[in-house]
Amino acid sequence: MIFLWAFLIGGAICVLGQILIDVARLTPAHTMSTLVVIGAVADGLGLYDPLIKFAGAGVTVPITSFGNALVHGALAELERHGFIGIITGIFEVTSAGISAAIIFSFLAAVIFRPRG
Amino acid sequence: MLKGHQSWEFRNRPVILGTATAVGPEEGRGPLGDEFDIVHGDTLLEQKSWEQAEKMLLEEAAKLAIEKAGLTKERIHFYIGGDLMNQIISNSFAARTLGIPYIGVFGACSTSMESLALAAQLVDAGFAKYAVAATCSHNSSAEKQFRYPTEYGSQKPPTAQYTVTGAGAAVVSRDGDGPVVTRATIGRIVDMGIKDPFNMGAAMAPAAVDTIEAHLRDFAIQPEFYDLIVTGDLAKVGHAIAVDLFAKHNVPIERTKFDDCGLMVYDLNKQPVQAGGSGCACSAVVAYSHLMRKLRAGELKRILVVATGALLSPLSYQQGETIPCIAHAVAIESGVNAS
Repeated sequence: MIFLWAFLIGGAICVLGQILIDVARLTPAHTMSTLVVIGAVADGLGLYDPLIKFAGAGVTVPITSFGNALVHGALAELERHGFIGIITGIFEVTSAGISAAIIFSFLAAVIFRPRG
Repeated sequence: MLKGHQSWEFRNRPVILGTATAVGPEEGRGPLGDEFDIVHGDTLLEQKSWEQAEKMLLEEAAKLAIEKAGLTKERIHFYIGGDLMNQIISNSFAARTLGIPYIGVFGACSTSMESLALAAQLVDAGFAKYAVAATCSHNSSAEKQFRYPTEYGSQKPPTAQYTVTGAGAAVVSRDGDGPVVTRATIGRIVDMGIKDPFNMGAAMAPAAVDTIEAHLRDFAIQPEFYDLIVTGDLAKVGHAIAVDLFAKHNVPIERTKFDDCGLMVYDLNKQPVQAGGSGCACSAVVAYSHLMRKLRAGELKRILVVATGALLSPLSYQQGETIPCIAHAVAIESGVNAS
């Protein structure tokens, strides 16, 4: 059953993104940011974890999950270290993704000589 | 001399002595593929960047046009050109190679006819014996500057247009045989408040209509005076809007053939170009190959080429400004049977 929900909920998130591009005329970058913010707000309201249990990869693969991870890390650090944790915790869960982006960009730049 | 409010009549009938076009592979696959002088198999032309490839296309077209006119670059008095790149680098760098006294102009995609009108005016008034008008654009360099780099893989709406990779050049002379430039109308800026750089055709259509109406008014002629009135790069969306606007303004455009270079350069059903072609090279490569051939052969006697330009910058778009548009019209007549 979770496969069906993953398919439907994941698809619905993508449909929302397509609507933002085609109907709301947002740029691709704005669309991506909007989805990240939606994920962050959903987690702040405590909605994202139940969704993950319900739809699995349907909500962990789309970019909204990145917003969820940002807030998750910040909230966890907040509990451990107080307010400074909001700043230090943002990249706690997401550090793998961000570090990977930086490292692989660097490696690509070393090999392919990028130009402006 | 000045005619009406914003038009010039070239009494000395400057001659287009030679023209040349160089294009990329997508244009070569289009319906006019056989008519271009140089068709490249790839878009990088063995250069290091898209910008250098664009400059190469322009140099090739300019050199070949001069050669076809039976001249050498030392005999050309002035080179007038522009393109879409910031600070019109394609033309300035090509002019560095050519070594011809250079007048850089910016009219975005209207540059083809803006430069041709100015070249014809210099020659007509006796300020030059030979002048070259040239322009170019490159799909990848334009996408990178105005929208998103192609590698980013951003989605495009069906109203978007495909920037033509190519360059076109024309040598204008006081004497000789060939099609003659007889009239020109300089457009004014028309801005209908459109902000979407993926819908340039709709933004530019009112400017094209404004210039064509001004041309007809200044010379007191009707559309059927021309065998063909062709706009630069309105493509599917813009062309339909222009036809509607003419109907609304009671201009009987249906009495002549009204077409658009952006619709002629590609096969819209088979090529992945969304609404059609655009870019400085769009009107240049169609006018300086296909249309010139028809004029030289006498298949067309008298045409009006109306190059349309969207004068936005990446910065103005990011700051939410609307897109100011312009169109310049140049009338070219077949040298055949000319008095």
